Amino acid sequence: MIVWLRSGLAVTATCVLTSCTGWQSSFNAQAAQSAEIKRLLVIFLAVATVVWITVMLVLLFGLIRRKAIREQPLDLHEAFERRAGSVILIAGTATTITVLALSVVSYGAQRTVFANDPSAVTVKVTGHQWWWEVQYQADSPHLSFTTANEIRVPVGQPVTIELESADVIHSFWVPSLTGKMDLVTGQQNTVQFTAKNPGVYRGQCAEFCGIQHAHMAFTVTALPPDDYRRWRDHQNQGAPAPSDPLSIRGEQLFRGRGCGLCHTIRGTLAGGQLGPDLTHLASRETIAAGTLPRNTSNLAAWIADPQHIKPGNLMPKMSLRSDELIAIVHYLEQLQ
Amino acid sequence: MSDLAPDAAGDLRDNGLEQSELAAILQRMWRTPSGWLGALTSVDHKVIGKRYILTALAFLILGGLLAVLMRLQLAGAERRLLSPDLYNQVFTMHGSTMMFLFAVPVMEAFAVYFVPLMVGTRNIAFPRLNAFSYWIFLFGGCFLWIAFLFNVGPDVGWFAYVPLSSLQYNPTKRADVWAQMITFTEIAALAVAVEIVVTVFKQRAVGMTLDRIPVFVWAMLVTSFLVLFAMPSIMVASTSLILDRLVNTHFYDTASGGNVLLWQHLFWFFGHPEVYIIFIPGAGMVSMIIATFARRPVVGYTIIILSLIATGFLSFGLWVHHMFVTGLPQLGASMFTASSMLIAVPSGLQIFCWLATLWDGRPVYRTPLLFVLGFFVIFVVGGLSGVMVASVPIDMQVHDTYFVVAHFHYVLIGGAVFPLVGVVYYWFPKITGRMLSERLGRWNFWLAFIGFNVAFFPMHILGLMGMPRRVYTYTAEMGWDHLNYLSSAGAAVFASSFVLLIANVMFSLRRGEPAGDNPWGASTLEWATSSPPPPYNFSRIPVVTHRDPLWADGGNLPVVAGLSVERREVLLSSIADAEPHTREASPEPSIWPLLTAIATTIFFIGSIFTPWAAVWGTPPIAIALIGWFWPTGSKEDEE
Repeated sequence: MIVWLRSGLAVTATCVLTSCTGWQSSFNAQAAQSAEIKRLLVIFLAVATVVWITVMLVLLFGLIRRKAIREQPLDLHEAFERRAGSVILIAGTATTITVLALSVVSYGAQRTVFANDPSAVTVKVTGHQWWWEVQYQADSPHLSFTTANEIRVPVGQPVTIELESADVIHSFWVPSLTGKMDLVTGQQNTVQFTAKNPGVYRGQCAEFCGIQHAHMAFTVTALPPDDYRRWRDHQNQGAPAPSDPLSIRGEQLFRGRGCGLCHTIRGTLAGGQLGPDLTHLASRETIAAGTLPRNTSNLAAWIADPQHIKPGNLMPKMSLRSDELIAIVHYLEQLQ
Repeated sequence: MSDLAPDAAGDLRDNGLEQSELAAILQRMWRTPSGWLGALTSVDHKVIGKRYILTALAFLILGGLLAVLMRLQLAGAERRLLSPDLYNQVFTMHGSTMMFLFAVPVMEAFAVYFVPLMVGTRNIAFPRLNAFSYWIFLFGGCFLWIAFLFNVGPDVGWFAYVPLSSLQYNPTKRADVWAQMITFTEIAALAVAVEIVVTVFKQRAVGMTLDRIPVFVWAMLVTSFLVLFAMPSIMVASTSLILDRLVNTHFYDTASGGNVLLWQHLFWFFGHPEVYIIFIPGAGMVSMIIATFARRPVVGYTIIILSLIATGFLSFGLWVHHMFVTGLPQLGASMFTASSMLIAVPSGLQIFCWLATLWDGRPVYRTPLLFVLGFFVIFVVGGLSGVMVASVPIDMQVHDTYFVVAHFHYVLIGGAVFPLVGVVYYWFPKITGRMLSERLGRWNFWLAFIGFNVAFFPMHILGLMGMPRRVYTYTAEMGWDHLNYLSSAGAAVFASSFVLLIANVMFSLRRGEPAGDNPWGASTLEWATSSPPPPYNFSRIPVVTHRDPLWADGGNLPVVAGLSVERREVLLSSIADAEPHTREASPEPSIWPLLTAIATTIFFIGSIFTPWAAVWGTPPIAIALIGWFWPTGSKEDEE
């Protein structure tokens, strides 16, 4: 309970803290990788600003300065043409040196951004239209589990995300932690980051992936290592068995209405692979890939008509009576 | 007046004719047949060029309206003006229309009209191919837009990445429409590219050696080569996509050993040069306008030409910077960082040359020059943000965000559309014989300049704040709504500048001040003939003795005599020194290019519905081509 309270506090605090820079901002750097990119961005922006101002000043001065009168357009001064030629070539050389220097600076940053620490915690993320499947793999299968849309990682430890796609190309991007990397159909990419501070960092699919590309968000929550371990242990367990009559009915309806054909709830007969794993749904902050905060009314609205909230998504609208809906929502809310 | 070879064949030449008599004969011989049917047979590069320009500008307006729709949708968080399905069609149509139906065609369109005039010839090379190209472009563009109106508009982005555009994830005809539109526009573009290359190489006026070719013509020559080498790549890509969708080939099917990144390589091997296919003509226009309004030749003609050529070569070595986040090996990606940054050098050199020209010249602040000054302010920002996205780590943050949207609009609108609108003001008098209103022109410029910057500058910040591209909406908690609102307001101002441009054109067509032959006192050959030019362009082909012939020789250019007045004839010259070689017959008007284009269109559209169109669709094309190439028994060309 204290864990949830603390992470809840962390969420609130982070939201307040990062609101000044935006909680999906490249400038809100919270990892070694994103901090390095931010440094690079600042260098490039500074050089660009200086160059732009210089060019504008030369242009402005060139326009307003006093000019010698020219009778004919072709009356050119040999001396000016020669001098202009040399100045242009010098400026061209300076341009070349500048861009090559910037290339070298960029290569230097790549060493940090692409550093590959083999001892990293590994999380496998699979992109689906339009949600994220998150798998924690361990040496023994019973320590491996699957969740969705919310990734939790330990603070201060390198984390490798293995990226794959179940359908079209997506892109994994949490600006506060590191740059994006595509989830390309038929290949595995990896990206690594080391979160410096606890917090909730928002990410979003960055490669156009179809009708609901806009609603394919996720969060990465960096937790202190102890909290992280506790969270893993908890996620590793199956779903708690329904205890009260309403949630028992909800569980029956969940299976009876075919929800389990697409969704898995570990510890029950629901084992579908098409939609997000719901084993610990009630431990998540949002539903529908970051589209809505998870609360009773949003959950009910979503199940009642997912196509209204996220048109075109792959979850069909089920015709449920209101008492059935209440039972299912009640059951799902037990899935702590 | 220098005579060509003596009159061996005994046909009537223009040597002995009086000016008025000659003009009357040429007018009769070169005019486009009158009437509705006659207009369809035209092979006059000016008639076709004008149609091409107007059609491309019509697509600009349509594409612009889509942009306005998108800005309305994004003006605030969670607005529901457009459904996600419609929004995805709208942004795909916007990108595809702007890139394939506006930007590339409009540059080629101006080249079709002006390159023959600027090199001093009577018609473009392969005039019937030119007519065919226009019809194919028109039909392809209409096909795309009609499909959109019937809710079959493509919704996979202008880049149509597989597997999103594969049959599995796009089971309707939408992706087919996109792919086939590509086929249309590529054929049209390739045809014009061939015509421009041949016109520039073989039909230059006598004495227009390589170092006397106007910069804009050089730019179009380089562009045409880029088209020739880049477009086949996208044709391979789109054709293999259609084959995957239509007859179950497996080019992009990973389950059967296909590869989805192959698509991206092919697409961007075309797509990056495409940017320069749009920018290089813009750079040519800038050089031309600066020379005219700074009232002196551009400084560093040779540097500029070599920069254009270098840009052309380098543009083929950058495509991977669109794929930095696809997981390519780092070493390879790093190489493309350096090459992408290096392309800033030739662009930089040109900018330095233009700055030097303005530094020394005495600028006349007319509307075309204002647009070029706006070009400087905007394009340099775009170039510098281009250097930023060339860096792999920076690109990892800004790729596919609004930062990149801002970047390429600064490059393309700054680098191509501002010069283009400048050129509309510059060349309108030549095309119509009337000046555009200067007063409206100034309003037009300031609205465009302010509107553009207000619309697009905030997008840099939005991108850094994490707003991805191609999202139909966003939530208020992201904190993006204020900047988006500002951007939408700027877009409205920017759009109004185009309304003003249209109003100016409408007004000036009837009431504009008569222009005269050379209203700006410019130096290139298109100003040596009347405004608008007669169907035969020049009654006698000029002889060029200087890079700026009209400044060097005043109004009295030396001319060539000895061309036949019994048939349409153009003068062919040698590639390097432009020495006269051959008098070649230039084709008469013909309906066959139109019929061939119709047959081709039926074949293309049919083939997205059934593979059998490849069988029944070809005989009509064959018949039309036989009609087109039916021997006419015309005389052999003469040395």
